[in-house]
Amino acid sequence: MNDRFEIPARLRNTSIALIAVGVLALIGGIACLLMSHNDLDRARFWTTLLHDSVFFTLITAVSIFVQAAVSLAQGAWLTAYKRVPEAIGANVWVFGTITAIVSFLIVFTFRDSHGINTIYEWVTPGKDKLLLGKKAFLNPGMFVGFTLVTVGLWAFFGYKFRAMSIAQESAPKNDTKIYWKVFRLSGVFLFVYALTQMSTTPWLWVMSVQPHWYSTLFSWYTFASAFVSGMSLILLWVIYLKNQGNLQLVTTEHMHDLGKFMFAFSIFWTYLWFAQYMLIWYANIPDETVYFKMRQQGPYSVIFYANFIINFCMPLIILMARPSKRNYFTVTFMAMVIIFGHWMDFFQMIMPGSLGEHWHINWYEIGIFMGFAGILIFSVSRTLTKSSLVPHNNLLLKEAIVHLS
Amino acid sequence: MAIKKFAVAAYDDEEVLFPAVKKVRNSGYKIHDIYTPFAVHGLDEAMGLKGTDLHIAGFIYGLCGTSTAVGFISWIFTSDWPIIYGGKPHFALPAWIPITFELTVLFAAVGMTMTFCYLNQIMPGVKKHVFHKRQSDDLFVMAIELNDHTSEHDVLAYLKATGAKEVKIEVAEAGWWYGRWDKKEAYELQAAK
Repeated sequence: MNDRFEIPARLRNTSIALIAVGVLALIGGIACLLMSHNDLDRARFWTTLLHDSVFFTLITAVSIFVQAAVSLAQGAWLTAYKRVPEAIGANVWVFGTITAIVSFLIVFTFRDSHGINTIYEWVTPGKDKLLLGKKAFLNPGMFVGFTLVTVGLWAFFGYKFRAMSIAQESAPKNDTKIYWKVFRLSGVFLFVYALTQMSTTPWLWVMSVQPHWYSTLFSWYTFASAFVSGMSLILLWVIYLKNQGNLQLVTTEHMHDLGKFMFAFSIFWTYLWFAQYMLIWYANIPDETVYFKMRQQGPYSVIFYANFIINFCMPLIILMARPSKRNYFTVTFMAMVIIFGHWMDFFQMIMPGSLGEHWHINWYEIGIFMGFAGILIFSVSRTLTKSSLVPHNNLLLKEAIVHLS
Repeated sequence: MAIKKFAVAAYDDEEVLFPAVKKVRNSGYKIHDIYTPFAVHGLDEAMGLKGTDLHIAGFIYGLCGTSTAVGFISWIFTSDWPIIYGGKPHFALPAWIPITFELTVLFAAVGMTMTFCYLNQIMPGVKKHVFHKRQSDDLFVMAIELNDHTSEHDVLAYLKATGAKEVKIEVAEAGWWYGRWDKKEAYELQAAK
């Protein structure tokens, strides 16, 4: 059985080409946008970088969460392709570092011609009463601290879970020591994740772009968005590896499970999306409706409705039937659609706060997205080559092989 | 339904049951049903049962629920009794979504439960023939439907050879019926007269 992955030349070239496009877009962005005297151009430069780095950090961090949740539930279904979420999770530090650098640069260096930080407005609150009232939480020290703690902990757990899983391969047969260690650490990680991704991190990274507005549901909503695209990302890697002749233990039953996750969590995302929307719509308080005024009726209405169709209607209709979840083409197509849809979702979370109606999805946004995708492919494929793709000696491997969805 | 003749074989181990099911099917006998004390995984595939279409029924019930809710609420609030609530338009779709969702779930759940009961022939007050008293205790009981041309002796010998602990021929009602009386007793009473 072929359980070692060797990076095909085509994949390596694709990833390097994507990174090159990203670097070109970044250089073009520095030349055309960052050097521009127009405040909006400079805001566009930074906001796009922030959008992509946050999006990629959150969707890769989902892989750590999935491992932790499944280990804690003692589920075996993930074990057949365990190396894929492990490899993605072990690379969270790459995107986490980029996010930290980008967001710190925005907080500390970005100012418009009036000396105001238009992306993270709370950095320069002026005499704004609301922002001064939130200063205890929304201040650069807090931002830097939370970001470093978040990225550090995610990077640590991503690395640790993978290291322990690989250590199991050389452990004595049926030795449960590592299994229970992973089990305990998973509990700790879920606690960490609840305090970062499911609460503070999206507040600081994403919601504070519009610091006057707040929603208590916001972190859950971003989590749902990240989770469904994170599962789609795992599915894309599993299908890619299967097409390369690896992961022969993975069958349609396992793909069916991932398809169910994509389907179910698309609906979960819609539930949170709608819960947030309906309460604001119903109460109709100006402080809150300002968020949806711009998104639903303003310049973002195209993205707002496209978002609903791509992230809810399409998965609902296309992935509902059992045969379509077991068809590799449908799930691959839907995984790409879902990742794109949630990229758009993050776009409309972040952009309106800093750019207002002057949003673009143009060479720069697409180039930066391709660059990040290239980094993801490059780093994850490199990590995948470093160990056997089959988690030998894993206690749950047999159960995972005979798994029926 | 109809009263038919069955060959009944009781097995005491599922590891004997599975090869027996395979042999019986291969020899062309028609398995009426298999009764087990617990859910045996893979038995449905071994018996050659097709996957259920219950979920399609559920989808249709759900659609009925959605359209009932949206249709009824919109008729009330836009034409039958239009009132302005909280400054919202008469056709205030977001406010109706929770109720629409609940009604979709209710219709799908109740509809699927009833369809499930119908397909499995279970309902309060409904009776079915019990082939072996221990089929809900510790025996796996297979009932094979016989016709007039089947040799009873051959079937019983064949079943015995597959590892059955007990074999017998029984004449019983194949389907379900409503009422207190056991059909078999009624049939025997009738035969005795």
